[in-house]
Amino acid sequence: MKILVVDDFSTMRRIVKNLLRDLGFTNTQEADDGLTALPMLQNGDFDFLVTDWNMPGMTGLDLLKHVRADDKLKTLPVLMVTAEAKRDQIVAAAQAGVNGYVVKPFTAAVLKEKIDKIFERVDG
Amino acid sequence: MAELKLDSQAPSFQQEMKALAEDLLTKIEGGDLGKVVGVVNNINEVRDRTLYDEIGKLTRALHEAIKEMTSGDELSEDTGMGQASDKLAYVIKMTDKAANRTMDLVEEGMPLNSENLNGAKEIQEQWQRFLRKELKPNEFRDLTKQIDRYLTQTQVNSNKISTHLSDILMAQDFQDLTGQVINRVTKLVAEVEARLVDLVAMAGEVDRITGISHADPHHIDTPQEDDKKIIAEGPQIDTSLDGVIDGQDDVDDLLSSLGF
Repeated sequence: MKILVVDDFSTMRRIVKNLLRDLGFTNTQEADDGLTALPMLQNGDFDFLVTDWNMPGMTGLDLLKHVRADDKLKTLPVLMVTAEAKRDQIVAAAQAGVNGYVVKPFTAAVLKEKIDKIFERVDG
Repeated sequence: MAELKLDSQAPSFQQEMKALAEDLLTKIEGGDLGKVVGVVNNINEVRDRTLYDEIGKLTRALHEAIKEMTSGDELSEDTGMGQASDKLAYVIKMTDKAANRTMDLVEEGMPLNSENLNGAKEIQEQWQRFLRKELKPNEFRDLTKQIDRYLTQTQVNSNKISTHLSDILMAQDFQDLTGQVINRVTKLVAEVEARLVDLVAMAGEVDRITGISHADPHHIDTPQEDDKKIIAEGPQIDTSLDGVIDGQDDVDDLLSSLGF
């Protein structure tokens, strides 16, 4: 399984990558915002996208919208891991087609639970 | 501060105006139009003079405020506005460094711990066989060597892990340093706010003299609330605010209510 981790802070990318590795996902790549992530997604065979929301360039929400509007990518499972914690924002992310939403600060257990849940759905 | 300046100015302007007005009334009642016009001119002169004074003061205060904000001085303890962003950049750098240092140490420490754990598991298997008297003599000799190696290895690894743990502890010293920097920037922001309040008070005096009234800008450019735009706002500090969710459980509840 090939995973793209998108966050503008390298420490957060590193934390997410470490947690994913502990969960057995070792094939991960990184991007620091939506603008760099989108071409990577379009050109690479990623199976899963983990993205932050608040990033310069292109935000995670816009990235999600681009992914859903792209014929090749529209079924890609997307998990948002973000500090954005307003009701309206979560509703907007849901409407844009997010598969899971984790608010920062988060624990390894929460991340695992959401990822498991997403793949249960996708596989089931 | 500013109020003191205003109070010393305002009454004298008012008193002067009052005296001139009384004079004007007397002159009108006296019927000497030439003198009436003279008093009216005086009134204009006092008004203009006071206005120039106030605008001069306002300009000077603005100039001073900008100078202090950009360069910093004794008032703001070398914390100019230009330096504030540098200082906050320093905070980001420090926290980034500490986070990476901590993660480096954790990543280095984890395999050492796994090595200890796996070594103990292997020995335990053989040890159980020994207790069940299943070990052949040559296997027992191997086991003693294995135990010997393990004892040395765990000590080396434990020492390394201890060093890593205390280094992780030391990496937290950024909290003290960044805390001090953030306190200074907070203080600067408070000073800037106080200066702006002074400036508003001085500008208010100019308005009072000229009789200018400002319409509330909020009333002017509030076209019908357009669609609330959903934008990134960063972390919510106060989770008791309306529309702010409190933790992952609330997110899960909200999403499940939306059919997730």
